[in-house]
Amino acid sequence: MTDLRVVGGDLLPPESDRRHLLSIADLTGDDVERLLSTAHSFALSQERDTKKLPTLRGRLILNVFYESSTRTSSSFELAAKRLSADTMTLKSTGSSVDKGESLKDTALTLSAYDPDVIVLRHPQAGAAQFVSQVTEARVVNAGDGKHQHPTQALLDLFTIKEAFGRLDGLHVAIVGDVVHSRVARSLVQALRLVGAEAILVGPPALLPTGLAPATHDISAIADADVVYVLRMQKERMLPGANFVPSLREYTERWGITPARVREGQRVMHPGPMNRGVEIDARVADSDASLVVEQVRAGLVVRMAVLYDLLTSGPVAVETTMEVA
Amino acid sequence: MILAGPTGADSLVIRAARVLDPGEGLDATLDVRIDEGVITRIGNDLDAGDLRMVDAGGMLLAPAFIDPHVHLRTPGREVDETIESGTAAAAAGGYCAILAVPNTEPVVDDPNLLRGLRARAVEEARVPVGFLAALTKDQDGEELTEMGALADAGAAGFTDDGRPVASAGVMRRALQYNAITGLTIAVHCEEQSLTRGGHAHAGAVATELGIGGWPSLGESLMVARDIDLAGDTGQAVHLMHLSARESVEHLRRAHVAGVRASAEATPHHLCLTDEAIRTLDTDFKMNPPLRTESDRTALIDAVRDGTIAAIATDHAPHSPEAKNAPFESAPFGVIGLETAFSSLYTELVESGLLSLETLLVRMSAGPAAIFGLERPRIAVGERANVTLIDTAGSWRVKPETLRSRSLNSWLLGRRLRGRICLTVAAGAVAHDGIAQSSLVSA
Repeated sequence: MTDLRVVGGDLLPPESDRRHLLSIADLTGDDVERLLSTAHSFALSQERDTKKLPTLRGRLILNVFYESSTRTSSSFELAAKRLSADTMTLKSTGSSVDKGESLKDTALTLSAYDPDVIVLRHPQAGAAQFVSQVTEARVVNAGDGKHQHPTQALLDLFTIKEAFGRLDGLHVAIVGDVVHSRVARSLVQALRLVGAEAILVGPPALLPTGLAPATHDISAIADADVVYVLRMQKERMLPGANFVPSLREYTERWGITPARVREGQRVMHPGPMNRGVEIDARVADSDASLVVEQVRAGLVVRMAVLYDLLTSGPVAVETTMEVA
Repeated sequence: MILAGPTGADSLVIRAARVLDPGEGLDATLDVRIDEGVITRIGNDLDAGDLRMVDAGGMLLAPAFIDPHVHLRTPGREVDETIESGTAAAAAGGYCAILAVPNTEPVVDDPNLLRGLRARAVEEARVPVGFLAALTKDQDGEELTEMGALADAGAAGFTDDGRPVASAGVMRRALQYNAITGLTIAVHCEEQSLTRGGHAHAGAVATELGIGGWPSLGESLMVARDIDLAGDTGQAVHLMHLSARESVEHLRRAHVAGVRASAEATPHHLCLTDEAIRTLDTDFKMNPPLRTESDRTALIDAVRDGTIAAIATDHAPHSPEAKNAPFESAPFGVIGLETAFSSLYTELVESGLLSLETLLVRMSAGPAAIFGLERPRIAVGERANVTLIDTAGSWRVKPETLRSRSLNSWLLGRRLRGRICLTVAAGAVAHDGIAQSSLVSA
């Protein structure tokens, strides 16, 4: 019933040549392949002494973070700098966001600088889509509530592909607080796009139904090529929710310890890790761990995303200077 | 008198309408003459004399509608809706009376506040308004309002709509005490320990979108509780805006057991499922949330067979400033007065899911019976409460033509069949779209 819907008067009409990265669900297998291949090229460029590329000189990329973030915000900032774009990172602390300015007004204010890309992290699902509708910038979703975190899923695919040489046919066990995880939602969709399989493992109340096969039995991780460990997101749990009785019981039953990791398995974690809770420090620091590779992949995948949004297709037409 | 508002003395003749009043067993092409607000003649080739003559040309003339569940936002949030704008919207939707719920700022829990609102309705309203009073003081679910004094001041019934009465003990006392008023208690069924943090139906779509779930059980548990309390006290309870199949099943069992329970369903729950929220458009965010096709089917079946006897809009205006936000921070609720008939006619009647007669009954006689109001009738001697509908015509829902002060309609941009051309409420022409309709057909 929504197909004939018109957008409200203060929303911009859809523009076919203005692309965003809002959700893995918007991508095709070809899109993923192209992005991973571009990221691979950037990875090679990062092995050179001069790591900066002139590709996005003069472009403005705004990072707007309404939630705390270390690796995502820093890697977007560095990705923009390595591509020679101007970049600025705004965090909710110390900005008008703290003064109760609405997301719309903040987006419109930032639009006045004519950013080419707005990278947004926000605690609510759909925030990035919302900003894409009220500004003229291309928008990259850097995490919206429990909904999506597409660049995380892409960097995870990149990491797995570098480690295994392929993606098709691999098995990934996603372990922990899946219900509250945008990382898991994005990753499940991304794995499906490339022909890999996901299984969800964790406490019953933290496993959504219908997303992917799910079990509370931790022994199910034995069949996986990759054990993908999620952070136990305490801050997402409402008071009195009782998803698990205690962290101690969680660790006992679902914590990834050396005894639970089999030979040849690789272990991943989107960070930040709670060592000793969902992942044992000995696993995190072992050769099985791909955690550091994930962070490296984050840089080149985000470079690839920014490059892709700003240089592919008809977007280039917009850069034509008008002569007065 | 439960309703407060204008009483009109308009005179006109509606010629050659398909006069359809299922309650009167009436379905024929006839003329209807209204003199000084009262239906004086029904027949063929009536003489219009000096009176205004409306040539209906086969359009549908039906008893006007009654909406038992409207948020008029007055007092406190007049920026979103007023008595004047809300009743203008109602008239444009074919309604001759509406009931306003009391979750305003302040809450209508005081007899003097209620008297003031009724006095304002006499001045401002386009159609008569009944004001429901709060069941508990400040709707806090703890202390009963002075239900006797509120009834004396003209309350149309009692509800804490917007929130549930969390305590079973308080609900039981309210039902028991309500024996003194004979008015209807309407309940918003929500077990909040199950719905906290929920913004959409707890199902596949919310799971995929990562939006907090509001499960069917959050409603049906409370429906079961309130049905059992009604049975225990021997009192009647009206279940507002049912959304879940399980709730309908509880209600069916209650009716078999002879419990005095009635219910309403909204156009949005009857027309939409949670698939609609994939767009994250906040005009699909309502409480209770849109659910699955199975739930929608159960609601339609219940409306068809009378288990759910009333259609209610739960017209809930919110300003664009409030709704223009990410999904989870936007408030619940959509407007519906101006589109209720057309949306249901388009989605349910034209698709063969519901007969036109049943729809008319559920929008008029059904809610009237639940709240003890007189049923609008097309009969000689009755005060005129009729609506003239061009069922062949269509119209597009546009922000600039809505009468409501708010624009949070899930139908913006949609073209609907069934256009309300004229509404006569309590003998007064409250909505006159005849001119526009001739332009449309030209």
